[in-house]
Amino acid sequence: MKHAKTATQNACRLCNPLGACLAFRGIENCVPFLHGSQGCATYIRRYLISHYKEPIDIASSNFNEETAVFGGSHNLQLGLKNVTQQYKPEVIGLATTCLSETIGDDVPMILREYKKAFRNGSPMPVMIHASTPSYQGSHIDGFHAAVRAAVATLAVEGVEKQHTVNIFANMISPADIRYLKEILDAFGLPYMLLPDYSKTLDGGPWGEYHRIPPGGTPSSAIAAAGSASASIEFGATLEASKSAAGHLEAAFGVTRHHMGLPIGIKASDRFFALLEELSGQPVPEKYEDERRRLVDAYADGHKYIFEKRAIVYGEEDLVVAMTAFLREIGITPVLCASGGKSGLMRKKIAELIPDLDEEEIKIRDGVDFVDIEDEAKVLKPDLLIGNSKGYTMSRKNNIPLLRIGFPIHDRFGGQRLHHLGYRGTQELFDRIVNMVIEERQNASSIGYTYM
Amino acid sequence: MKEEIGILEGRQSQVFEKKSGGTEQQDISCEKTSLSGSVSQRACVFCGSRVVLYPVADALHLVHGPIGCAAYTWDIRGAVSSGPELHRLSFSTDLREMDVIYGGEKKLYHSLIELIEKYEPKAAFIYSTCIIGLIGDDIDAVCKKVSKETGIPVLPVHSEGFKGTKKDGYKAACTSLMKLVGTGSTEGISPYSINILGEFNLAGEAWIIREYYEEMGIEVVSTMTGDGRVDAVRRAHGATLNVVQCSGSMTTLAKEMEEKYGIPYMRVSYFGIEDMSKSLYDVAKHFDDRPDIMEAAKKIVSREVAKLYPELQKFKKVLAGKKAAIYVGGAFKTFSLIKALRSIGMSVVLAGSQTGNKDDYERLREMCDEGTIIVDDSNPVELSKFVLEKEADLLIGGVKERPIAYKLGIGFCDHNHERKIPLAGFIGMYNFAKEVYQSVMSPVWQFAPRKGGKI
Repeated sequence: MKHAKTATQNACRLCNPLGACLAFRGIENCVPFLHGSQGCATYIRRYLISHYKEPIDIASSNFNEETAVFGGSHNLQLGLKNVTQQYKPEVIGLATTCLSETIGDDVPMILREYKKAFRNGSPMPVMIHASTPSYQGSHIDGFHAAVRAAVATLAVEGVEKQHTVNIFANMISPADIRYLKEILDAFGLPYMLLPDYSKTLDGGPWGEYHRIPPGGTPSSAIAAAGSASASIEFGATLEASKSAAGHLEAAFGVTRHHMGLPIGIKASDRFFALLEELSGQPVPEKYEDERRRLVDAYADGHKYIFEKRAIVYGEEDLVVAMTAFLREIGITPVLCASGGKSGLMRKKIAELIPDLDEEEIKIRDGVDFVDIEDEAKVLKPDLLIGNSKGYTMSRKNNIPLLRIGFPIHDRFGGQRLHHLGYRGTQELFDRIVNMVIEERQNASSIGYTYM
Repeated sequence: MKEEIGILEGRQSQVFEKKSGGTEQQDISCEKTSLSGSVSQRACVFCGSRVVLYPVADALHLVHGPIGCAAYTWDIRGAVSSGPELHRLSFSTDLREMDVIYGGEKKLYHSLIELIEKYEPKAAFIYSTCIIGLIGDDIDAVCKKVSKETGIPVLPVHSEGFKGTKKDGYKAACTSLMKLVGTGSTEGISPYSINILGEFNLAGEAWIIREYYEEMGIEVVSTMTGDGRVDAVRRAHGATLNVVQCSGSMTTLAKEMEEKYGIPYMRVSYFGIEDMSKSLYDVAKHFDDRPDIMEAAKKIVSREVAKLYPELQKFKKVLAGKKAAIYVGGAFKTFSLIKALRSIGMSVVLAGSQTGNKDDYERLREMCDEGTIIVDDSNPVELSKFVLEKEADLLIGGVKERPIAYKLGIGFCDHNHERKIPLAGFIGMYNFAKEVYQSVMSPVWQFAPRKGGKI
């Protein structure tokens, strides 16, 4: 029986401020700060910690009833003062919540007041303010809002253009960030990658306590973003008007090279070609080798996975990129689903897969896991591909789940998974093939030892 | 360069170190809202309500507000059910900008009607979040209307995040439960019967405890809310005694039931041999006209301790002299943990909680050794400072405390809602000791910089 559906059931997205906190964690010496209730900061910390397994301190202005009635100015200022004292940050990444947005706190004005009141000769942290009401968009919007706000606050127009690139790589894993940095280094291309939480959210042990984990994009590097020769920005559905590269292009004329997440050979080729163009250097042999191994692996593994049917879900940009990758290895993405709703996902997928309708590839945005499960019951896919929150439907419907992206709360090492470039694609391909082989082996009554 | 970590000015009265003599020591200040900017480990009012009601497995739990609050509490706890598992799903009215402007009552109403039709719950709890307190949705009216139309109790939980602390959330949850209590039949309930309050059946702990009491010949009418059922809550007023385990969260309900139904209550704890045994004896003493109950209690204790004691000695041998730091939600748990740790030879160098009251901290001061830090509503910076200064070998806490321990090369035991291994009961003490042993004695710490490893 078909039920009407007003409530969201097992959401396939998170709220706006979470993404902002994650992005702020990728700025050096920065403390994320939520202007709202204590619970927002604590829940988001818990959610992030369960994936990254790293300390993630997020301060809160800790609203109470008076704050809600008379405005958050007092609490916010006290909070900023306390965080400054306790953490000695260079940067405070301030994100709003549904609460502070609804009461209409004028955060820029409060920050001006604060700076006036506490100007006493000692250096004050830079305040980056992102507006992230939880009743709009989803976590990915908060992520981009924070990255854009960082650039809008810090970047200045340089005297002359430098031979550097900015890279805004979207919400990717720490391992992916490290790989991108390695590639840029290999091209000899100076870069500013934002946000860089490759170390802050996947770092080494501490001999002594660190108020703020080491690592992250230095604010001085973000300041120089205005004089870069170009920006590269990943995210098929990310519009210039909402993005950091978009801001830099509009404000300082830094060319925005916009592309989807480089997953799969075709998308990675586009990324490497762009790096060749920007650096004037050929693709380093090391990556040509990675590509050769990947093409070879595609050949070795193709029969296991051909015409397997998959449901892929997650942030829209990830879904678009994964869909194109699945098509290039012969898997049919029978449903491409996202809790996000930019309104662009179908268009972007159609650009990459023109025969969408003939192939009966379904695309749905703004869905939750109950919607996806209802589809899964009809579509009966061979695989689910997405974050660990799909486990409930995977278990119930006996469909194997390949865990990618964020969050991965029920497996170890989510922060170290690769998704991007030839190396990330290789890892994804190996994992997909192995998942299919394992299914076949387990299902076989013979128990083949060669597969 | 090693730098001194200070305590924020607004927090200094919430921390003290037990010193010798101790007569002139200041009172610890507690039961106040967290200091802005202090990165408290606490959550909010909503969290308090959500944790108390969460394990009611045949009720619909609908979070009225934007998506975050529901998303972050989806299947978050290890509270298991022997039957329905509706509590493990996440429902939200998912308010968007237009709803915030025009009000969310209609969306709440339609959500409820649809969800009740689809999932057929025995009752529904509607949690209001921060934004509801601002836009002024009349959720009581909606609940009343839906209850009338569907015939099931639809209970508002006034848990707007900013309206107090986690403790106020506990109260709001108890208020909702109290509306259910007394609405069912008490026919056939034994005069030797109890409700177990503040026991959330993490990893099946309520089942372990229930079995002990049943073996003593006592009927357990309801557990609140572990493996909870609406019908059991409705007839809870038929029990003749309430035993309250997590006293911070459920004493309100026990008091209200005492007032309204004349049911006395007692505080118990199921952690550690000493407190677990006492929890059985105290209940047996309450039913003193039935000496067979006490006999049975003694039998259980001697049987279980005989099994457990030799096992514990093995752990004690290697753990003796190790130092533990405790930072948990409720202070009552710290009392038991201190005793439990002592029974395996460990001392406690830090004891703190998110929500303890003055009496709790006074009792902690009495219990603790000299030099122990006692702290209310702490934060990562302070906790790190203390565990390093006191050279702790183990931190006991929850998910948010875990990375602090591991980063600094310290063992960790999860004693929070997410645990998957039962730590209550006699078997729980064994599991606890084993977990502590496995973490503290792991060879991996040899690589930690604090233990001489390379940075």
